[in-house]
Formats: sequence, C-alpha cells, structure tokens
Amino acid sequence: MHGVQNRSLTSNAAVPPVQRRARLRAARTSLRRHWQLYLLMVLPLLYFVVFKYIPMTNIVMAFKEYNVVAGVWGSPWVGTKHFEAFFNNPQFWTLLKNTFYLSLYGLAVGFPVPIILALCLNEIRDGLFKRSVQLVTYAPYFISTVVMVSMILLLLAPRLGVVNQLLVALGQPPVNFLGRPDLFRTIYVWSDVWQYAGYSAIIYLAALAGVDPTLYEAARIDGASRWQKIVYIDIPGLMPAALIILILSLGNLMFVGFEKVFLLQNPLNLSTSEVIATYVYKVGLLNANFGFATAVGLFNSVINFVLLLSVNAIVRRWSGRGLW
Amino acid sequence: MPVRRKRIRESIGDRLLLAAIYTLLALVLLVVLYPLIYIVSSSFSSPQAVASGRVVLWPVEFSLRGYQVIFTNPQILTGYLNSLFYTVAGTALSVTLTIMLAYPLSRGTLFGRNTIMFLVTFTMLFSGGLIPTYMVVRSLGLIDTRWAMLLPQAVAVWQVIIARTFFQTTIPEELIEASQLDGCSDLQFLWSVVLPLSRPIIAVIALMYAVFQWNAYFDALIYLKSAELFPLQLVLRGILILNTTTSGSMEASAMIERQQMADLLKYALIVVASLPVLLVYPFVQRYFVKGMLIGAIKG
Repeated sequence: MHGVQNRSLTSNAAVPPVQRRARLRAARTSLRRHWQLYLLMVLPLLYFVVFKYIPMTNIVMAFKEYNVVAGVWGSPWVGTKHFEAFFNNPQFWTLLKNTFYLSLYGLAVGFPVPIILALCLNEIRDGLFKRSVQLVTYAPYFISTVVMVSMILLLLAPRLGVVNQLLVALGQPPVNFLGRPDLFRTIYVWSDVWQYAGYSAIIYLAALAGVDPTLYEAARIDGASRWQKIVYIDIPGLMPAALIILILSLGNLMFVGFEKVFLLQNPLNLSTSEVIATYVYKVGLLNANFGFATAVGLFNSVINFVLLLSVNAIVRRWSGRGLW
Repeated sequence: MPVRRKRIRESIGDRLLLAAIYTLLALVLLVVLYPLIYIVSSSFSSPQAVASGRVVLWPVEFSLRGYQVIFTNPQILTGYLNSLFYTVAGTALSVTLTIMLAYPLSRGTLFGRNTIMFLVTFTMLFSGGLIPTYMVVRSLGLIDTRWAMLLPQAVAVWQVIIARTFFQTTIPEELIEASQLDGCSDLQFLWSVVLPLSRPIIAVIALMYAVFQWNAYFDALIYLKSAELFPLQLVLRGILILNTTTSGSMEASAMIERQQMADLLKYALIVVASLPVLLVYPFVQRYFVKGMLIGAIKG
C-alpha cells in the first residue's frame, strides 16, 4: 500500500505544499522502518557514485587543457578547442564512418539472424537434434574476446589457416583476410554472429514459448500451413521482444565492441578498423592527451544518447511501446 | 493428444519447409561446431602436423607437446592463478554488492526506491567514458593493484535488474508482513528467508559475473602494469595476438623448434583458457537460460 502511495507521489513534478509534507512524512516513516535496508544500500550506491557519477563530472576535462599538477578542476578552461580540433581533424570523417558502418552492418546481420534461428528451432520437435543445436550454438558465447580473436587469426591465417587451405584446394588463390581493409567489417560482423546468434535466440525462443496455444489450435482448424503459422502467429508473437532489442542495439550504435575491434586491428586494415573507441584509447591513454580524448569520448556518448532517445520516441509513436 | 497430432497428414509444402529447416539447422550446427573441433584436434596433434597444415578434423600424430610447454611456462601459470583469484574474489564481491542493492530496491515500501533505481539504470544509458573513469581509478591509487581488477566493474546494472525482478516476483508480500508481525527485522528476513529462497538466482548471477571476470582483459590492459598481476587473458593476448615470445635469449635450434611450436602452442592455449568455462557450461546452461529470461521479463 505504501509503495503505491510513494510511487504516485514521486511521479509528481510540481508538488503542492500539502503533498510535500505528506511526502516528507512518508520518507521519515520509511527511514525509521527500513533503516537497515538503507544501510545495506550504502556500499553499492557508493560504488555507483565513485565509479559512475564522479567520472561523469570529470567530463569537464573535455573543455579544459588538462595538466597533472593542477588536476581536473584546477586546469585552465579552453572552451570548445578540443571539439574543434577533433572536427577539423582529417581523420574525423573516417572515424565516424568506420564506427557507423561497422555498427550498422553488425545490426543488419546480427539482428535478424537470431530471430530466424529461433523460428527454425521452434518448428522442430524436442529431441536430441534440437538439444544438440542449442547446446552447440550457445557455447561460443562463453569464449573470451581474446580467445575469439586468436581463433579468427588462426583459422584465417594467410598460409596455414583452414579457410585458405580450403581455397587453395579448390584452386583459388589464398587471401590475406586480415590484411585487407575491405574484408575487416565482414570478418568482424560474421564472427560476432557465429559467437552470439545462438545465445541471442534464447529471448526469442522464450517469447515464442509464451504465445497463446489456442492461436495454434485455431490455425490448425483453419488449415493454416506451417509457413502461414510462422508468418501470422510466430513473428507477431516475438515482435515485442524484437522491438526492445532493436531499440537497445540502435541506442548502442556508436559503441562498437572496443575489445574485439582493438584486437583485430593491424596496420594493414587500420583504414576501416579504426573506430572512435580505439581512437580515444590511443590518443587518451597511450599519448596521454586526456582533455582531447575526453572530448572525443563525450562526442560519442552524446550522439549515442540522442540516438537512443530518438529511436525510443519513434518506436513509441509507431507501435505504442518503448523502453520507457 | 500428441499421438493424434502426428496422424494429421502434412501437406507437401509443409514437409518441404520442415526439410529446409532441418537442413539449415544442420548446417548451422556444422558451422559452429567445426572450428571448435578443429582447434581441439590441432591442440592434440604434433607440432609438425600443425605447422604443415595436415590437421583436417581429428588429431594428426597425437601428442601432448603443446600442453607440456604450457604447463611449464611460469607466465601462463601465474596468469592462470591470477585469473582464478580475480574470478573468485570478484564474483564474491559483485554478488554481495548486487544483492545488497537489489533487495532493498525490490521492497515496495521503501521510500525513494524509484529515484534510486532511475539513477542506477541511468548509468547504463550514459557514462563518463574511458578517460574520465581512468582518472578516478588513478586518483584512488588503484592503478597497478589487484583492486583495479575488482572494483571498477564490481556491480553490473543488468544483474541488479535481474535480481530485483526475481525478489519482486518470488518473495510474497504476505511473507514479509507475517515476518514483521513476528518481530523479524529486515536484515534477519533477508538472511534467513530471502537468501535461502533465492539460491537459483544467486547461482545465475554468480555464474554471469564469474564468466565476465574470467574473460575480462580490457581493465587489465589499461590499469595493470606489472606482469605478475596480469590475468590469463592478458597473458594470452601477448602470446596469441601480439606473438611475443615468452623468454629472452635462445639458441638457434631452439628458435626453429619454437617456431614450429608456436602455432601448436596457440591451439593448446585456446583450449586451456576456455576449458574452465566450457567444462561447467553444459551443467549450468539451463541456469543461464533462466537468468536471461528473468532479465527479459523486465528488459
């Protein structure tokens, strides 16, 4: 009962005095009743303050000329100098394009594949085959990025890699996969699909399991074919889950997996593999150009945040549901 | 019921579609499984067989040379032990903090819980970024200490959401009220009622944190400098991706042998590094699925 009351109170932006008093009273009662719970939350909340919110205040470095002696707050202001430097940097458009293309390509492939996989798995009978497919396709999820990238390097190696041996056996010239900038995105995206498609399918399988069984009964009585059943019952059934995942992925478009890109990079494929995240790491931590790197990172975060808000708004208007 | 369903004759179109689906899934199975088998088989082959590319599916000239080299390499052993420590300590810390936050936030009568929950989830949408976070870790003096591997990523918002949803949906309000009538404090209730009832979700969260810790390398890359603190993944990066040789001076004959060993060593290392996770995986698979589903209810 208290919970309902509290929620309706906190959601009011402008609080009239009477309600404010009621709210204060509710706070006091809650504090007296649940002081142990508040105490419990102190440490974890401290974690969020120290490692999440204080870094957010450090973003002011993006507008400062950082020097170690003066510290974050003592360093002189330089306005938007770092941002101008970044926008006028000849690499700017390349970085933006690389980040964007890589994510978009990843989304275009990585979003539908788990859905198709789930639809297929949903069609076949429970049994050894189904269980084996699930067991095997989930497994790569647990492989670390370092191991994943070494597997890619070994399997696609120019001379001894299994893929090139196959190409040679088929009479084709071997390909130096990781030395070719035009192949970088394909390698990145499809190895991601290999690693994550099975695991991502779990959510859709759950959505399919939750579809009202009477719909299938009715479809059978009406003589619907398997294909019609998939198109008219299964796909609408997993739409809500798919939408949420689409929003989340679009909202993360500018955050490509730094770890994997960084490990797959080499001087030969840098023209397509250098993304904003790897650039920030190199400029910021390796060259100790803190202010500039913070500005670049902030630029990335802001674009991302705006993207998330707009995608959510669009989906909300279009389908009536969003993240919030 | 199922017996009758089978009797209904399927149309040709339906059977064709089903055949296509089986073929597709068999293909998927093959594509995912083959690289895994190939790597395990290579790791059990002789250095010469690997260096001349003779391994196709099964081990050629079975040998354990790769593993012998790994288990006598001090760098790898240190990395392994460090990773074990980070995984155990990190998981214990993370699970504790997650429950300490998720349980109070699951209680409907807690004033301000929606505000706190919003502030926590907000960090998922917007973050300070790499450099600002690095500055905080540095000013706390955590650079090049074991704490740098445990603290900066200690609580994952996603896991808080999973745990909170679980508490909200499985601990009945009546139970809380009854315990309060009996004079049971919030902490007593958490300890002696909630935690025993929540073993499955604690297992899920612990497993997720453990896998995350075991596989993590990025924090080690930016925060650690001394080799004796490196987790296995960072050691692996040196050997597998940067191709750094592990010892300094060598004789010529040893050099050639090492050259031949290099690839074999990589295969064996991949197996050894993924083994702990992949060994427990079939047993915990259903828990992982369950955890993901609980998260999905809310997500």
